[in-house]
Amino acid sequence: MNELEWVRVLASIVLQATPLMIAVCGETITERAGIVNLSLDGTMLLAAMTGFVAGLLTGSVWLGFLAAALIGGLFASILAFSAIRLRKDQFAVGFVLTLLGEELSAFLGQNYSRIPGESVTHWGIPILKDIPILGRIFFDHDPVVYFAYVLVGFTWWWIFRTQAGLRLRSAGDRPETGFARGVDIQRLRYVYTIVGGALVGIAGAAYSLDIKLGWSEGHTRGLGWIALAIVIFGGWSPIRGALGALLFGASKALATVLQRRFPEVSVVAFNATPWVLMIAVLMLVGSDLSERLIVLAPERYRSRLRHVLRVSAPNALGKPFSPGASGEG
Amino acid sequence: MTGRIWLRRLWPLAPIIGSLAITSGLLLLFGVSPFEGFGALIQGAFGTQAKVLSVAAFWVPLTLAATGLVVAFTAGLWNIGVEGQIVMGAVAASWLALRFDAPRPILLAAEILIAMAAGALWAGLTALLKTRGGVHEIFGGLALNNVAIILTNFLISGPWQPPEGGTFRGTVPFPDKALFPLLGESRLSPLSVLLTIVAVAAVYFILRGTYWGLKLDALGRNPRSAFLLGVSSEREVVFAMMFCGALAGLGGAVRVLSWFDSLRQSISGGIGFLALLVVMLALFRVILVPFIAFFFSAVLNGSISLQLRTQLHSSLGGILTSVLVLLVLLFGDYRRLGLFGAREGETLADE
Repeated sequence: MNELEWVRVLASIVLQATPLMIAVCGETITERAGIVNLSLDGTMLLAAMTGFVAGLLTGSVWLGFLAAALIGGLFASILAFSAIRLRKDQFAVGFVLTLLGEELSAFLGQNYSRIPGESVTHWGIPILKDIPILGRIFFDHDPVVYFAYVLVGFTWWWIFRTQAGLRLRSAGDRPETGFARGVDIQRLRYVYTIVGGALVGIAGAAYSLDIKLGWSEGHTRGLGWIALAIVIFGGWSPIRGALGALLFGASKALATVLQRRFPEVSVVAFNATPWVLMIAVLMLVGSDLSERLIVLAPERYRSRLRHVLRVSAPNALGKPFSPGASGEG
Repeated sequence: MTGRIWLRRLWPLAPIIGSLAITSGLLLLFGVSPFEGFGALIQGAFGTQAKVLSVAAFWVPLTLAATGLVVAFTAGLWNIGVEGQIVMGAVAASWLALRFDAPRPILLAAEILIAMAAGALWAGLTALLKTRGGVHEIFGGLALNNVAIILTNFLISGPWQPPEGGTFRGTVPFPDKALFPLLGESRLSPLSVLLTIVAVAAVYFILRGTYWGLKLDALGRNPRSAFLLGVSSEREVVFAMMFCGALAGLGGAVRVLSWFDSLRQSISGGIGFLALLVVMLALFRVILVPFIAFFFSAVLNGSISLQLRTQLHSSLGGILTSVLVLLVLLFGDYRRLGLFGAREGETLADE
């Protein structure tokens, strides 16, 4: 491959990773607040369908994105209500919502399958897009891609560099301590679950209106689960999460390249790459495998490697919180 | 007060009414009257003897998978990978059916055993990824589901494709003697019904009356104290998952050897996920599983007829079942909601 082709492949990796980056940011803030929204796969499907149909009917992609965000927020609010007010098993409710979202998207979208619709128009950022190589890779896309960049940076800054972010992390890590300091844990969990869900909705519409244009049954199937795994791989940090999304995009691009190089290997074999990769990266961050790899490295790099490879979940992730006997149940 | 007590008694009906109302709304949205819609659905499930037998034939693998899931859930395990375990069971049974020749009883027994072994191994892999690899069983199971489905597609379009060329449809039909004996013209095999009843009874007995069942229960309720009491969590996790996988694998064999007659592209078709819903609605009690699975099987089969009759997408049946489970999960227990003057923690005996 020549240089131009490489640049094109890298640009496509960035484009493919965009919706995942948005979804990962949404789920990261939700989980940082202590709630697991397992419904991503179904929410994204339903939002992709909603965004596509709303865009088609109104003639505006932005109203499509708005409708998708509302649907994502609505699904997340069901989960938030059940987890916070009713203290139900978040996995169970999230899983049922996943199936419901998938079935609803198939049913409600049945008359809108495989037809042309609205799409986000290409808009390269002036000046930046003319930077050699990097300009083509990062700044010659469309506004949804730039929104994802800004979102990743903003979410990271919000979680780790603001007072509000400190309160957010306290809700997921040590809700009792946060509560003792006057943080309304339950309200905060509602807000971040619903905002996170809205972002997941936007991610769904980013597929149907931009990256994987159109709608058909099961349009984004599996990608919600990939996003959930990337949140873990990303150690609940938006920037690492974005890198995870890029890694996923790269694995897909690599599969395409390999497929061209080795046509005798069946096409379907390459489809397994993302799933095998998912298991591999979760093992890397989840087990003592990373520690075993780290000791192979020269001593002076070890602590830095440990910092990069090790992740830990928010302490109170998935656990209901009762603010004392006097508070609401 | 009597009004309140009546409301409490009738409350279990609320999720059923709610889910019927929501699906009725969806039918109206697409210009179909709910009476016509649900009429077609019931007709499609029970209208003729053949249809009832079809519901029963679909019930078999669903009940097998759900029964296995009760064991996994008792140990506190989220075996989402059950879908892949069904697929691997189907693949293994297909391998024997395609490649080996033996007298019918031996061939059938071998197919059943290898399907159970394949499902168990696939589940054991998820379990080991959890205990050794630190990969939560939801992610391990999900990834392996997709790998199993991709493997099926690979086999169908590659090594096992019919001689007339590569299609994505399925393998050639298996020889008759490799298939389960069927009841008349139906796709229901009495042998598989018998095996299902045995499985339900066995799980009921294991969870009620054995030491292993007690250990699983302890593990599911509180893994840490179970560990302190000397329950080896890794061994129980692996065994519970493998037990579930074996039953799911048997369900996969039933799919290829009686529902179909060959290995097809979507061989499970979501039965594993449906089984998870069944178990949630059964409140993790195995004795309720066969009945709820029968209801789900009727709704799903009925909605396929609904699609033929009204041109509406058959996912309506899936919507009905998942809304029902969601409403039961959320509102099934009025005490949690503080309705009708009830306090949380109050039991029925307090009435």
